[in-house]
Order: sequence, then C-alpha cells, then structure tokens
Amino acid sequence: MSDKSSILHQLRIALKCLVVLTLITGIIYPLIVTGIAQIVFKYQANGSLIAENGKRFGSELIGQPFSDPKYFWGRLSATTPYPYNASASSGSNYGPLNPELDEEVRARIKVLKTVDPDNMKPIPVDLVTHSASGLDPHISIAAATYQVHRVAFVRGLSEEIVNALVTRYTEGRQFGFLGEPRVNVLKLNLALDQLPGQTGSSKM
Amino acid sequence: MLFVFLQIGLYLGVLLLLVKPLGLYMARIYGGEHTFMTPVMEPIERLVYRASGIKQSDEMDWKIYAVAVLLFNMAGLLLLFIIQRIQGFLPLNPQALPAVAPDLAFNTAISFATNTNWQSYNGETTMSYLTQMMGMTVQNFLSAATGMAVLIALIRGFTRHTINTIGNFWVDMTRSVLYVLLPLSLVLSIVLVSQGVVQTFDGAQTVSLLQKTQDINGQTISEQAVAVGPAASQIAIKQLGTNGGGFFNVNSAHPLENPTPFSNFLEMLAILLIPAALCYTFGRMVGDTRQGWAILAAMTLIFVAVLIVSVWAEQRGNPVLASLYIDQSPGNLQPGGNMEGKELRLGIADSALWATATTAASNGSVNAMLDSFTPLGGLTAMWLMQLGEVVYGGVGSGLYGMLAFVIIAVFVAGLMIGRTPEYLGKKIEAFEMKMASIMVLVPVLVVLLGTAIAVIIPEGKQAVFYNPGPHGFSEILYAFSSAGNNNGSAFAGLATNTLFYNIMLGFVMLIGRYWVIIPALAIAGSLARKKIIPVSSGTLPTHTMLFITWLITVIIIVGALSFFPALSLGPLVEHLMAK
Repeated sequence: MSDKSSILHQLRIALKCLVVLTLITGIIYPLIVTGIAQIVFKYQANGSLIAENGKRFGSELIGQPFSDPKYFWGRLSATTPYPYNASASSGSNYGPLNPELDEEVRARIKVLKTVDPDNMKPIPVDLVTHSASGLDPHISIAAATYQVHRVAFVRGLSEEIVNALVTRYTEGRQFGFLGEPRVNVLKLNLALDQLPGQTGSSKM
Repeated sequence: MLFVFLQIGLYLGVLLLLVKPLGLYMARIYGGEHTFMTPVMEPIERLVYRASGIKQSDEMDWKIYAVAVLLFNMAGLLLLFIIQRIQGFLPLNPQALPAVAPDLAFNTAISFATNTNWQSYNGETTMSYLTQMMGMTVQNFLSAATGMAVLIALIRGFTRHTINTIGNFWVDMTRSVLYVLLPLSLVLSIVLVSQGVVQTFDGAQTVSLLQKTQDINGQTISEQAVAVGPAASQIAIKQLGTNGGGFFNVNSAHPLENPTPFSNFLEMLAILLIPAALCYTFGRMVGDTRQGWAILAAMTLIFVAVLIVSVWAEQRGNPVLASLYIDQSPGNLQPGGNMEGKELRLGIADSALWATATTAASNGSVNAMLDSFTPLGGLTAMWLMQLGEVVYGGVGSGLYGMLAFVIIAVFVAGLMIGRTPEYLGKKIEAFEMKMASIMVLVPVLVVLLGTAIAVIIPEGKQAVFYNPGPHGFSEILYAFSSAGNNNGSAFAGLATNTLFYNIMLGFVMLIGRYWVIIPALAIAGSLARKKIIPVSSGTLPTHTMLFITWLITVIIIVGALSFFPALSLGPLVEHLMAK
C-alpha cells in the first residue's frame, strides 16, 4: 500500500476534516441562522411570547393548564410533575387498548359533565385525549363550542358574546387548506378576562 | 375528507415536482460540474480540502473508501461522546445541565453517527445548547453526507468499467455537506423560524400562568418555564438529512419545533426530498433517467398503499372509546379520529402522513406519539422500517439499500428465465448476490435476534411497565426495528434509558449501519472492475412496469416473510383484541 492510501493517512484526514466541518456546520451555520433569525424574526425566534407592560402572559404557541369552569379548557397534558410543564414536553404514550387510557378518558368525561350537567352533546374527542407534546395550545372549534354554554353561565355573560370571542380566536386552515381549524385556548381566556366586569384573578 | 386528500395530493405533487431539479443539481455536483452554487461554495470547499490535507484527484479503491468512511464516522462518534460527557464544563449551557450518563452518551453518540437518531434522552432536560449544536447538528450533517457519499460510490460502480477505484470519499462527503445539505438547511431553518420555531441562545423563558396549578406533590405552580434554544438550525438538518433526533423531547410534535401546518408541510417535505431526488441523480449518472424513475415509482407505489392504510386506521378512531359518549367523527369543526397523542393543529391527516413518511425514509422524527396510534396505524410504521428502509429510505442509504433489492430481483428473474442476470450493463454474479443478501438480511437478523433476547431476559422485559399485553411486545419489536434499520422513531412508552437497552440498541445500530455500508462498497468495487456489456435482445429491461411490479414483489416477500410471525404477536393480535 502506498502512503497515500494507508490507514494512518486516512485517519489524519478524518480528524482534520472533522474539526473543519464541525466549525462550519456546528458553529458558523447555527450562528448565521441565529443572527438572521434574531434580526428578521425576533418575536418568533424567542418563543412568540405574549407580553404587555413588561409582564409575560405566556407563549401563544404553548398551552397552559385550565381547570376553572370560567375558562375554556385545553387538551389533556401528560407532562410531569404538573400539566403543561413547558420544560419537559411529553405525550401519554398510552397504547390504544391501555386500560389507564380508558380510565382517564372516563374521568375527564365525568369532570366535564359535573361542571356542565345540562350539556347533552357528545364530547369532542380532542377534549378528552392527551396531546402529543403535552403543550398543545389549541382545541378544535367543536371542543370550544361545547364549552361555550358553561363559560358563559359561570361568568354571567351571554352566549353570543362568548361565541363571538371564540370566532375571533379561531384560526382557519393555513392558506385555506393546510392543517386543522383550531382555537387558541390561552388567547381566548386572556380575552375573556379582559371583558368589562371580568376579573383576571382566579381561584385554583 | 376533502382536505385529507387535498393535503396528501399536494404533498406528493410538490415532492415529485422537486425530484428532477434537485436530482439534476446533485448529479452535476457529484460529477464536479459548474452550478449556480459553485461561486459561493468552491472557495469553502477548497479551504476544507487544504485544511484537511485532502487531494481531490486521489482515487480510492473500495477498501480504502470503506476505511475512510469507518474512520471518519468513528471519530465523529467519539467526539460526540466526549462533548456529552464534558458538557457541564463547556459554555452555552444556560440550564446548567450536568454530564450525560456514560451509557446514554454511548447510545446517543452511536445513534447520531449512524444516522439513526434514536432518542433515549429527553432533549430539553439532558443536552446543553453546545452539545446540540457542536455535537448533534454536526453529526446530522456528517452522517447524512456519509450515506450520500456511499451511494455515489455505488453508482460509480455501475458507470465505471475495468477500473479499481470508485471515487474519493472525502470529496463526495464534503460536496454533500457544502453544496446540498448546508444551503437547503439554511433556507429551511429561516422559513421555520418565520413560523415560530425558536432560535436563540437564551435559557428557558419564564412566563406567568393565567390559572395557577398544582404539581403531583400539591405544590402550587404559578409560572411556566418555556424551554427554548437554537432549535431551528438543528431541526432543518434533522429533517433534510433523514436524521430525526429532535431538539425537544417530543420532537416535531412540540409547538416550538413545529408550530404551524405550514412548518409541518415543509418539515415533512424535507423528510423525503433528498432520498426521492437521489433516484433522479442515479438515473442521470448511469445515463438512463428511466432507471431512476422506475425505482422512484416502486418506492412511491409502496408508500401510497401504506399511507392509505395508516390514514384510514387513524381517522377511524379508537374502537375502545367508541362506546363512550364522545364524538370521533371528522368534519370541519374537529379532526375527530384517534386524537390520543396527536396535536390539534395537525389533526389526523398530517399526523398519519408524517408517520408514514418518517418510517418510509429512515428519518424517525415524529409529530405525533406513535405509541398511541391504533394497532394498524402503528403496524404500518413498523413494517415500513422492517422492509429495510428502502421506500425512499435514508439519504443515500435508502437508494443503496434499494439497489441491493434490485440486484436480488434481477438475479432471481435471471434464474427464472434462464439468462445471465445483468443490470445497467454489468453482470450480476455470485459475489454481488452474496453482498446484496448481507445488506438485506443482516438488519432483519439483528432486529429479530435483539427482540428475542429482550423479551427473554428480565432487563428487557422490565422496560415494559406502561402498556401491558401485546402492545408491550410491539414496543420492544418497534425499538429493535427502528435501531436495526437506523430509523430512530419509537413507541416511546418503552423505558429504554437503561444500561441494557442503551448498550444493546447501540450495537444493533452499529451493525445495522456498517454491515450494509461495507457490502454496498464491496459491490461498488466489484462492479467497477467489470466490463460493460452492450444491451442485447437477451437483456431484461429494468425500467418497465413489469420490472417495477417484480421489484415491489421481491421487497414485500422478504419483508412479509421475515416479520409476519413477529407482527402477528404484536399489532395484529392487538388489532383483533380491539374489536
């Protein structure tokens, strides 16, 4: 074997090449992307945070836990040690036949029935199942509509007003055909609290 | 349902439209021709060669090519292992994360070097920004470029004749990074940021909760720490390089990794883009684009058939929940169907389409939790991996895996019609057939043996504590199918961050990667030495519908026969139990 094709020669190239390409793809490339992102899309690049007067109310892309009947509720979250832990995303990973899935769905149905006993409509499936991330910010239009009666009743508002808010925070399919129509739960609840006569503070 | 068909149709349409331009571009890059990127990248390319001591004109025989691949991958693996182990002392670690445990670091280093990107770790709580960038992002590029280089070497086996050499690994690999992966990643990552994917070096962002909540110990929680980081730059290459290792734990189900249906569309497109376009590159390089289209047709037909089953199974919903008073029917007001483990913005169609694309290609990223798919939906994902990751497959690796099947198909057809088997003017003889058999059978072997060992010994069984019954078996079978075929997706309920699984799956990934690469290069070397035989009336045409059907048959017979018994113990029996 000539020197050019010796294993040692290839090893030297391997090590040097790894260093050079680590510089290019591991440092320069992410720095360029960060630079452009921070200049052109500052809001998105930093987590799409909803802020007002220096106070941060959340990220419009990250859901929050709601269990108070006066708020719209989101998807079930399987994160630990508390729901919607945005530092540890996780799904439930329940197999379709897992008895615990069946139990949790039944428990959720029971709670939804308890806070809204007159509602006889079937419950939209996304309201009783865990999202993949545990941080899903959205529910379906059906799931929001299902809760309108309850939220309006608890807050002493007319259903028309609440329905109008739901419509306002509904996002259609992107470009008219991509993805699913959906309602942003956090934005909707923030808007509810800002209605005249409604308070932002909540009980547990 | 209209929107389901519309989105799937648009996806396949855009994908197939991009095959020719990108495929042509790549053919010119590997042929050393001038392209519109040359003025930008050539100076950088020369710099890489000069700094590394690479001489462009040095040609390698297949053994030296293989040595270069192995040394380069081994060095990358070691570097990633070391970075994980010392990340606590390195900068860009705002969450002050400690060193990654040795067995986990071992598993993850192999996982990224072999283009598998199996995630035993939880991204946001385990890996520092520096590890994600300098360790993982780098291996995302380099493992993908390795696959592409090996493919190009194999193609040269067909195009060259009576010569010992098959190209220069360093040149093929560097060009893959600089001319293909890097520009595409740059563009994709910026578009992803515009949709809401984060790209920052700041630590977690604390925000207040509108309604306070409680943790499992009854502590009041009034704030939410939103994990962020330099995610977009990694996500772009993780999709384009069929890597799949997410920045966050739940991968592209995370709203900051995949925020909108448009980001989802682009990330899905990026999964299949390069593997599909390489078919055209292949056809172009061997001087007959019909050959590339024929292979792409075989891949696409299998893909569409499996996709239909997956979408149907998921949209049908979970039969167990059907008896409860809930509404699983699809419509304009809700996606309906099996929504456990799926994101609302993505619904059923985008989740099933992603699951099919990510397992057809050896990508392994997810936008929904595959463990919660219906038995048949989960089966389709598992089976696409078990076919050997040849339906589009990994960048480079998918097509060289597919060419092994083509060699087998040509050989068997030759035996049946009593002619000397040949493909693209090269005689296919016992040596090529042996190597192709190794490429096809070694992954099958490690998947089945690994599964068998794991279900026998206690360390293997203990990981199934979450989903009882046949689903637990499916989880183990899925893990080995994913590792052995370098996919990286998981039925994530299986607790695999244990000594046993980290080590075991680590070795399975190594064998599944290099025992395919080495025989592929051996075939390249053997073919390059052969003469080119002119086409005669006795030549079996390999671009016809007849051959495409035959190729699909061979792939499915091997896949079905190898895995049917195992699949019937897992997803099939689970499907029957769900009735």
